[in-house]
Order: sequence, then structure tokens, then C-alpha cells
Amino acid sequence: MIIECGHFLLILALAVSLYQAVVPLIGWFCGDIIAMRSARFTAIMVFALVALSYAALTYAYVISDFSVMNVAQNSHSEKPLFFKITGVWGNHEGSMLLWVLILTFFSALVAVFGKNLPLNLAALVLVCQSFIAGAFLAFILFTSNPFARLLPPALQGRDLNPVLQDVGLALHPPMLYLGYVGFSVCFSFAIAALLCGRVDAAFGRWVRPWALLSWFCLTWGITAGSYWAYYELGWGGYWFWDPVENASLMPWLSGTALLHSALVLEKRSALKIWTVLLAIITFSFSLLGTFLVRSGILTSVHSFATDPARGLAILAILGFFIGCALLLFAFRAPAIKNSGLFRPVSRESALILNNLFLMAAAATVLAGTLYPLLVESLTGEKISVGAPFFNLTIGALFLPLLLIVPFGPLLGWKRGDIAAAAERLWLAFAAAIAAFALTLYLDHGKAVLAAAGIGLAFWAIFGALTDLISKSGGWKTPLSARARRLKNLPAAFWGTAFAHMGLGVSLFGIIAVAGFEQEYIGNLAPGQAVDLAGNKVVFDGYKSENRDNFQENRLYFTIKHQGKILGQVTASRRFFPSQNAQTTETGLFNRGFSQYYIAPGDYNKDGSAVLHIWWKPNVLCIWLGGLLMMTGAVLSLADRRRQRGAPAGKKVKPAAGANLPERVAREA
Amino acid sequence: MAIKIIAAGFRLCWAMLMIAALVLPAAAVQPDEILPDPRLESRARALSAQLRCLVCRNETIDDSNAPLARDLRLIVREHLQAGDTDQQILDFMVARYGTYILLKPPFWSSAVFLWLLPLIILLLAALYLFYAARAAKKRAQPATAKALPALTAAEEARLADILAGSDERQPPAGKK
Repeated sequence: MIIECGHFLLILALAVSLYQAVVPLIGWFCGDIIAMRSARFTAIMVFALVALSYAALTYAYVISDFSVMNVAQNSHSEKPLFFKITGVWGNHEGSMLLWVLILTFFSALVAVFGKNLPLNLAALVLVCQSFIAGAFLAFILFTSNPFARLLPPALQGRDLNPVLQDVGLALHPPMLYLGYVGFSVCFSFAIAALLCGRVDAAFGRWVRPWALLSWFCLTWGITAGSYWAYYELGWGGYWFWDPVENASLMPWLSGTALLHSALVLEKRSALKIWTVLLAIITFSFSLLGTFLVRSGILTSVHSFATDPARGLAILAILGFFIGCALLLFAFRAPAIKNSGLFRPVSRESALILNNLFLMAAAATVLAGTLYPLLVESLTGEKISVGAPFFNLTIGALFLPLLLIVPFGPLLGWKRGDIAAAAERLWLAFAAAIAAFALTLYLDHGKAVLAAAGIGLAFWAIFGALTDLISKSGGWKTPLSARARRLKNLPAAFWGTAFAHMGLGVSLFGIIAVAGFEQEYIGNLAPGQAVDLAGNKVVFDGYKSENRDNFQENRLYFTIKHQGKILGQVTASRRFFPSQNAQTTETGLFNRGFSQYYIAPGDYNKDGSAVLHIWWKPNVLCIWLGGLLMMTGAVLSLADRRRQRGAPAGKKVKPAAGANLPERVAREA
Repeated sequence: MAIKIIAAGFRLCWAMLMIAALVLPAAAVQPDEILPDPRLESRARALSAQLRCLVCRNETIDDSNAPLARDLRLIVREHLQAGDTDQQILDFMVARYGTYILLKPPFWSSAVFLWLLPLIILLLAALYLFYAARAAKKRAQPATAKALPALTAAEEARLADILAGSDERQPPAGKK
């Protein structure tokens, strides 16, 4: 009964969202305020309906109702409760439902928090959101219904893919979807602004918080997914340039560009057309990502739940939304006039360069992902485009980007002084040279390229810090005054510094692993040890035991340094009888930001085990950088809230911040 | 007691047998493949990371645990030991399996547009920015020139008066 209720609620959600797509739109045409106002309430209602429907599906998973086809195909009665709940989105139908749930969640957020928006704009935004929601609800109901019954019911479920039975499934897909789908709000704002014919600084102010929020979630999703792949797949890699990974990287790159260009629009009323186009492109990339993942058109290591027949339906949705948006853009964009003028050397120009390189990178990722398909369909020739191609091209595009990142925040709006900025960056330059020299010295002058990469990483890290340091005062400023000023700096400055620093920290981790990782492949019998990166890894032995829904073979290791025990670590291989499949749980042993990474292989007849052990220097920095970027996004968001809702008594703070540059100039 | 231990041992063996029988090896490169010469071996690894496992979804032969990937890894190592250069080995692989095996498509192939794409984008964008900046400048210049036509003789005289501080006339009513 609950299942049928869930199904019914989903149909009802489709009906209400169709209402929401049509009635407020007619209200906008005819100037009917009541019709336009109804969009707000229906948006919240659709969210409630989809949420209840989602809860019904979760209930079916929790009680292991194997009369529901989706549950029977993807769950198992012995699966731990946690994975029963996360398993709801571990398959095609459930993950599409989660997608729509998040979409309607964002619509509801716009309805609740967008009270200060002009009525016609808010109504159009919600109309556009409900068009998307309606399309995907129809897609779910007609092609991939999660509530379909199975007759006769199955006795036992087929279980979830063991690789997915991990905390990663709780952290990675929902955050990734929040990021993907969050950009729909930016998209809807762009469409609404084009329809209203009004693109101004206010548009930048409205779009930026949504872009920041989505970017935060997307960064989280990608970072978590990368770490998950790193420890779960047992290959020691963290990014495989897999089409599905590329699909999440494209909206991230163009979302990053959007964040920066919306800033120009908000502060300087420039780059209007470009920002609108970026908002459209970013969500188009999200839709494309959904299509690539869900249709399985590209063979990839992630294609767990795919069905080519459904691909056509998503392709149609994708084509409709992107096509209409670009058509509308083509008609309306020429009427938008840019007003903010600026010099070739200015913060605006720096941000244009940022956008240029980011979008060139996004285009390269897109082309590299789809090119093999294109060539095969045109000429029949099969080609591969993989990691070596992307590392080379994206690396070449990110190099200039990282070089100019520290300059951006130091240049003034309208006209900047590049010499003055370069002068202030002496500390970053010194740090980069020192890091380069030290790396070369420690490595006996062998890895010049890797040392240069680490120098570049320090350039980005200290370049981000330079902005903070120079804003806190000049040469003679006492420390207490510096601390006070730093505390009073608007959070957005901190946000910029953290995000840019994160870029450098990630690069540092990437280069350190690429240049200086050490590897051991060999057979070890219990009691034997291997020397790796200055320490001894001792294989103590193994033990087998039965767990909830799998058998586990655990391998125990001790890490020793000159006879002293540093710690112990366990790696394991799990065998899932329900799926007749096996997973590897790598053993990870942290030393600061570095890790020993132990991937167990087969057993030999003499009782020894095949082991693949890596020393990954500073590998954790890769994800720490992602964490710093997320912190940056949160700080920027926090700042905006304070600016908007600042009570009268607290207005002293921004004033002090505004005076700061003058005081700095006086003292310097 | 003894029965218990035997039973436990049996369970363990059974589990290990199951694992061994049903699942492919998890670690890709096996210890028996590794070449004694570390420099040849590191070249082998670098080459393996460029070659696609033909039966896998999107894996290099270095990462893959498929039997075919193992065969290819062994072929790479045989050729290295025979003294072939990296390029010779890649050429051999392409001759045998087609360009599909290369994860980095060669520049002069059907992938040439793919390789040139970032450059083309950057060049087009640079051209656009250059012309947009020049157009903006041109638009700005005539506007200021039109807004400020040359002063007439009378205006010049009055300006001189104002600058000298002796202007006592009221502005004409029409120009207010």
C-alpha cells in the first residue's frame, strides 16, 4: 500500500509541476499576479510530494520488500541498514528519483528564500525549474519507474554491487547531484532574466549565492568520489579521466568560471552576456553528465546501472532544454548592453583570462570525452582518448591559469597596476624558488619537472596568502593591529584566499605523488617484510572471518622504523556470495599527509600473498585542497548573508573594512 | 577440540578456494612479470600506462587485471628485453591492434582537431578580445569628440574671462 502511495504521490508531483510550469507562465503573459504567486506555493508542494514518494521507496528498501522490482534487483535482506538506505540511489531508478528530489528541493529553496526577488522574475525562475522537474518526473514515471511491482515477489534480492557498499556511496552521489542540480537554479535565473530582458548587477547578486552553493556541493562530491575511487578500487589512482569523471569535471570547470564572472557582473556590471551564457552552459554540462552516466553511451568503469534505451529519452530532454535556452539566448542577448568599462590590465581582465582558460579546459574535456564517439560514427575508426591526453592538455591549460591566479585579487577593479602586484608577490616568488630548490636538493637534482611543479604549487599557496598579508597592513604594522584587521576583513576575502590556496595545495599533492611515489610489487609470506620509503612494512599474517553479508580475509601489517613500531594497518579482501563478487579494502597508513597504501592480491600455493604496496608522499594534500576550496565557498556564502541581512548596529564592521585600503596605503 | 580446529581449517580453505576459483587477480601487475632490470621495468610501466586494455571499459593494461592485459604487459616486456625502443614497441602495438590501443592518440591522425582544439579556442578568444577592445576604444573616442566640439570665439573669450575671475555676466536664459 505504501508503495502504491509513493507511486501515486510521484504522479501527483508530475501533475502539480505541470501546473506550476503552465499557470504562472500564463500569469506572466497576462500580468496576473495571483497566478504568478501560485508558483511559490506549488514549488514547495512538489518538493513535499517528491520527498514523500522518496520516503516510500526508502521504506521499501528498509523492510526489504522484494515485491518491488527495484528493491529485488538492488537490495538484499542481509545488507546492513545503512547500505539499505544508501542503496536507494545506488541504481538507475533510485538515483533519478534522488535527482528530481534535489531539483525540487532547490525550487523550494528559491520559493522560500527568494522573497526579495521581483515577482515576475521569481515566477519565471520557478516555471523554468518546474519544466525541468516535469520532464524528469515524466522520464521516471514512463521509462524507469522505481515503484514497479514484481509478480510473483522474489524470495531474496540480488543485492547491491559490492563496490558500492561503502560510506562513499552516502557521501559521493548525493553531494554530486546537489552540485549538478544546484546549477539548474542559475540556469533558470538566466532564462528568467532573458525573458524579462533584464540582466544587470542584481542578476549577478542573485545568481552568485546559488552558484557558490552548487559549486560547494560539486567540489565535495568530486573530492569525496576521488578519495573513494582511490581507496576502493585498489589501483592507487585517484583520477582516471573516465568519461563519468569528466562528466562531473565539466560543470565544475564552467561553474568555477561562472562564480568568477558573476562576481564581475555583480561588482562592475560587465560581462553580462557572458555570465548568462555561462549559467546556461554550466547546467547544460550537468544535463550532459546525467545523460552520459545514465545512458551508458560511453563505456566506462562507472557504468554500473545503465540502459541504452533510456538514453534516447534523456537525450531528448537534454536537446530540448539546451536548444531552447541557446535559442532564447541568441534572440535576446544582442539587446543586453554592457556598461562597465575597464582597462586591459585590471581585475576584470584577470577574471576574463581565468574564464578563458577554465572554459578552454572544459571544452577540451568535453571534446576528449565525445571525440571517440564522433570519429567512430563518422569514419568507423575506433580511437581512444585517455589519461595521457588529458594530463598533457589540461596540464598545459592549467599552467598559465595557476601562474596568474595570485595576481587576480591583487589587481584593482577598472584599472590595475601589474608592477605593484608583482612587487607585493615577492614572498610568493621567494617561496616558490625555495620550494623548487629544496625539492631539487632533496632529490639530488633528478626530478626537475616535479620540482618546478612543486614550486608552482607554493607560488599559488603563498600568492593566496599574500593577498591577506598585504590587506592586514604594511611593513611596520604591529602584529596586534594585523590580527585585528584580519579579523575584521570581510569573509569573502578569506574565501578567495582559502579557495586559491586549495588549488595550490591540491597541485602540491598531485605533483608529489606523480613525482616521488614509491612502489613495491611482490610476494610476501607471513613474517616477511619489505623496505619502502625508509620504513619497514612487515606482513604479520592473515585471518578469515564471516561478516554480515560477506566473507572477509584480513591481512595484518606492522609499519616499523628501525625496530620501533610506528603502527599497524589492516587490508582485506571481501567476498560477497550474493553477487559472487569480490572487493579489495586497501590498507591505508597515514604518516602526516603521506600514506602507505597496501592493496592485497592473490595467495600463492606456498602461503605467501601477492602484495602491491605504495608509498604516496603528501597524497592527502590532493583532497585537503578540495576541502580548502569548499571552506572558501562557505566563507564567501557567509559573507554575503552578513552583507544582506546586516542589522543596523553592526554596520560599523563593513565600514572599517571599506576604509582599510586607504589606511594601508597611508602606512605603506 | 581437534574436530573444531579441523572444521575451522576446512572453512578457511573452502573460503580461500572460493576466492581463488571465482575471482580474477585483484592486483594488476604480478610479481612474476617484473623485469630484473629496474630501468627496463620502469620503462615497461610507463609504456603500459599508455596502452589501453582492449577488452576493458576504460583501463590501462597497467591497471587492468584481465588476462589479455597481462599478455600485453608480457609482450611489452619481451620487446624491451629484446632491446626495442619505446616508439618501436608502440608502433608494434598499433600495427597489431590499431590506434585504438593508444590512450594518447597520435597528433597526425583523425585526432588532429582534438589536439588543436585548445589552441584554436585560445586563438579565437584572443582575436575576439583584441577586436572587442579595439571596437570599444573606437566607440569611446568619437563619442568624446562629438560631445566636445571646438569652442567658438565668443566661448573662448568667456572662458578666458572666467579663468581670470572677472566673469559677472549671467548665463543666457536659453542655455539653462
